[in-house]
Amino acid sequence: MSDPVLIAGHGLGAVRGERVLFQDVSLEAAPGELILLRGANGSGKTTLLRQLAGLSEPQAGTVERTVLHHWIGHTNGLKAHETPRSHLRHWARVWGGDTDIAAILTEMGLKRPANVPSRMLSAGQKRRTALSRLRLQDRELWLLDEPFNALDTDGQARLANMIESHRAAGGSVIAALHGDAPIEATREVEL
Amino acid sequence: MTAPAPLLSAFRQAFSEAWASGAGLLLPLGFFAGTATLVPFTLGGEADLLSRVGPGILWLALALSSMVTLERVFQADLQDGALDLWLQDTGSISLVAAIKTLTHWLVSGFPLVLMTPLIGFMLGVPAEKMIPAMLGYAMGGLVFFLWGGVAAALSASVARGGLLIALIALPLYVPALIFGVQMVDAGVDSPSFLFLCACTLFALGVAPAAMGAALRLAAE
Repeated sequence: MSDPVLIAGHGLGAVRGERVLFQDVSLEAAPGELILLRGANGSGKTTLLRQLAGLSEPQAGTVERTVLHHWIGHTNGLKAHETPRSHLRHWARVWGGDTDIAAILTEMGLKRPANVPSRMLSAGQKRRTALSRLRLQDRELWLLDEPFNALDTDGQARLANMIESHRAAGGSVIAALHGDAPIEATREVEL
Repeated sequence: MTAPAPLLSAFRQAFSEAWASGAGLLLPLGFFAGTATLVPFTLGGEADLLSRVGPGILWLALALSSMVTLERVFQADLQDGALDLWLQDTGSISLVAAIKTLTHWLVSGFPLVLMTPLIGFMLGVPAEKMIPAMLGYAMGGLVFFLWGGVAAALSASVARGGLLIALIALPLYVPALIFGVQMVDAGVDSPSFLFLCACTLFALGVAPAAMGAALRLAAE
């Protein structure tokens, strides 16, 4: 029996203008793994992550995904008129399945601002709302772009917990990070 | 995404987004009424002349006001990251884009049709032409919004893409405009109306794929 691989990228490369951002990057994520993409600002972490998510066409190399994934980009995906509750309800409907949205909101510390339009939420509250999408549907692969951005200490601890329990359940996480990681990675990819 | 549930959700989201924009909803209406109202001042108030050019003026006003709010339809999705979420699953972005555009037509295009009699009578359009005219505006409006949607998707990543939308979309409006103006005179049972409907069907068939491709490109 071969090792199940959730996502595999082979020889990935990206070009910005006349500059090569990165080339020949290969990575594979097996269940339980946490892979961190490290690098300075502008080194192409987001670009690589978007290629892995299938949002950008790789300029070199191939990406194979065998499972569904959750995408948390650096934009939160919230519309200005949406409240945390309506945002989660919307994507729960799109993805199908019946999740207890009230429970997710409580768990993510969003109970109080649950019905406030996102244009009036703080950056951290919006980030928490975006991260709540991870709870809406069980997907084995999480692709996270700077997930700890804008979160307070409590939010960071919560997210670290979520990632740990996701890995314990056989999921895998690929995250782009520039700062200190509050989580222990199984592998780091330096760009 | 096989079930219609995602599409229903897309409709709900687009509708509540348009609703939440409040005054934005009334902009095309105001623009439509304003443009048409200016005509008597520029051409003079002769009833004969106005009733002859009236339907054509309304077509022009409809074509222009269809573009007033299109700029934000996809640009907002690109900026707030909702587009990435729609794209992350499978290849149904075309359908989602089509639903968004049709919702947009329902919210800010269909009211223009309902307002036609008011402005039409003001311009002296004969009462018996009003029903064919409204049918034509409904069909033609769909064409305008669909091609306008393609232009909006293409210019989603361009700051202040409003003018670009006009440049891309206006040439695509021409066939529907030609048949539309003819059908108001010739009536609903004329070939012109059938050609107008053909324009609508063609736009319904082609525009969603074009929007999907443009949005994928915009997200890159």
